[in-house]
Amino acid sequence: MTDAFTLERRRRALHGWLLLSPALIMLTAFAFYPSLATMVTSLWSRGTRRNPAEFVGLENYRYLFEDPTFWQVAGNNLLYALVTIPASIALALIMALWANSKLPARSFIRTAYFTPTVLPMIAAANLWLFFYTPSFGILNQIGALFGAQPVNWLGEPETALWAICVVTIWKEAGFFMIFYLAALQTIPPDLKEAAEIEGASRWTYTRRIVLPLLMPTTLFILVNAMINSVKLIDHLFILTKGGPSDSSKLILYYIWENAFAYFDRPSAAAMTVLVLALMGALAAFQFLVLDRRVHYR
Amino acid sequence: MIRYIEPAAAILLALLWISPLLFAFWAAFHDVSDAVNFRLTAPLTLDNFRTAWAGAPWFGYFLNTFMLVSLILAGQFLLCTLAGFAFAQTVFRGRDALFILVLMQLFILPEVLIVENYRVAASLGLLDSIMGIGAPYMASAFGIFLMRQAFKSVPKDLDEAARVEGCGTLGVLWRVYVPAARPTYLAYALVSVATHWNNFLWPLIVTNSPSTRPLTVGLSLFGAPENGVDISVISAATVMVIAPLLICFLIFQRQFVQAFLTAGVK
Repeated sequence: MTDAFTLERRRRALHGWLLLSPALIMLTAFAFYPSLATMVTSLWSRGTRRNPAEFVGLENYRYLFEDPTFWQVAGNNLLYALVTIPASIALALIMALWANSKLPARSFIRTAYFTPTVLPMIAAANLWLFFYTPSFGILNQIGALFGAQPVNWLGEPETALWAICVVTIWKEAGFFMIFYLAALQTIPPDLKEAAEIEGASRWTYTRRIVLPLLMPTTLFILVNAMINSVKLIDHLFILTKGGPSDSSKLILYYIWENAFAYFDRPSAAAMTVLVLALMGALAAFQFLVLDRRVHYR
Repeated sequence: MIRYIEPAAAILLALLWISPLLFAFWAAFHDVSDAVNFRLTAPLTLDNFRTAWAGAPWFGYFLNTFMLVSLILAGQFLLCTLAGFAFAQTVFRGRDALFILVLMQLFILPEVLIVENYRVAASLGLLDSIMGIGAPYMASAFGIFLMRQAFKSVPKDLDEAARVEGCGTLGVLWRVYVPAARPTYLAYALVSVATHWNNFLWPLIVTNSPSTRPLTVGLSLFGAPENGVDISVISAATVMVIAPLLICFLIFQRQFVQAFLTAGVK
């Protein structure tokens, strides 16, 4: 009896491994192995035909930290994150509150907010090009109505990164709105009635009841927005290519440039390792702090 | 008075939000000088679409994108179904540790690993192929997680009944679990197709010929300044590229939104 039971258990365990193996093979080939390989590559020099690559320890990281462009790019990316994350979350919240209230044309509003989400970033960049172009761009034409001087939005170091941020916020806010909208619809209507009976204003109700209830959603969105602040760089290829003079260059773009334009793989690998470390910290934060309350069944 | 402010602001923001799209449509159907000078009475024209269509092998790009999203979806369905089922309904030592390892991939983005993924793709002979673009996305941790959650909610009785009827492990999966998870598959399909229709960086790196390039890469090359096309033609090309997905979105809007929700709210 026990033997049959053990046998059955072994059979099922074997099935478990067999079912997992295709996914594990692919994950190993395109996630786990490349992660380790990146770390190894970052410790070796850039080989040429004459000088084969040799082990250099942390030398590549030292070069990286001495490279002013790296610090500028890191600073740009920090600013990019600090601008786009709060702005898109705040806008998403406002959009969700509006899309959830009894405003006229509510479904039009909701569709309009969400539409940028289904567009490719490359297409979004093309759309915005029309706004930013110096000679006839819409922003400058509107500015001219008010007597403002034309600005080369994508060509000035002071404005290029901001122009990039605007496109990202435009793309992200509607996506995050969806999550807020879902959370808002789970708030029981009695809470609102109770608040009204107590004579609480709509603002008080929103601030004291709705916002605290939306906190888990906000944290979830926050993690996603942080990931996106590394990932969303496609529009750079169309709008600025990181320029002028690196003022709008972001980390992932710089990694791409190092690896595939300058063919400096070790330096790209060293930067990738730093990004992976950052992502790892974010993952730990998500699993250890956030998921305490949201248990996986 | 005050109660009109909020609806007005909401509608204003909505108009602002779709204005880039509206301008692109407007420019696409007008001659470039009419478009940039906003001559509202200017005649409509399809010349921009003709110029754009003749300027790049769009038909091939469409076909490549179509094959790419189909291939990725098929691969994801297969791998994530099997793995999700393993994590949800089989018991073996090390399962939970393995699951955490898989979830790590949510943070080790394929986008970030471009340097070494390129070498892996090269050594497998996958450069400049549709398979090469799709392979890194097939075993998606996100998909595995999603399918695991869906399979966990299937009642155990159904599973046992099927086994009593003589179904093996794969039989149970195919007859009981897959049908029960149909809504999750639909949601996952919509999210996956939308994501990979729009993906750019990795396809840009892996492809180097028109016979494999997807739409996004084709569009970026077409609009490049060296190509010397004007903004109306770029707008026409952009409209062409986004039209299929946009039309699908407007028709199946409810399902799209629901899909992103199912997929996003864990």
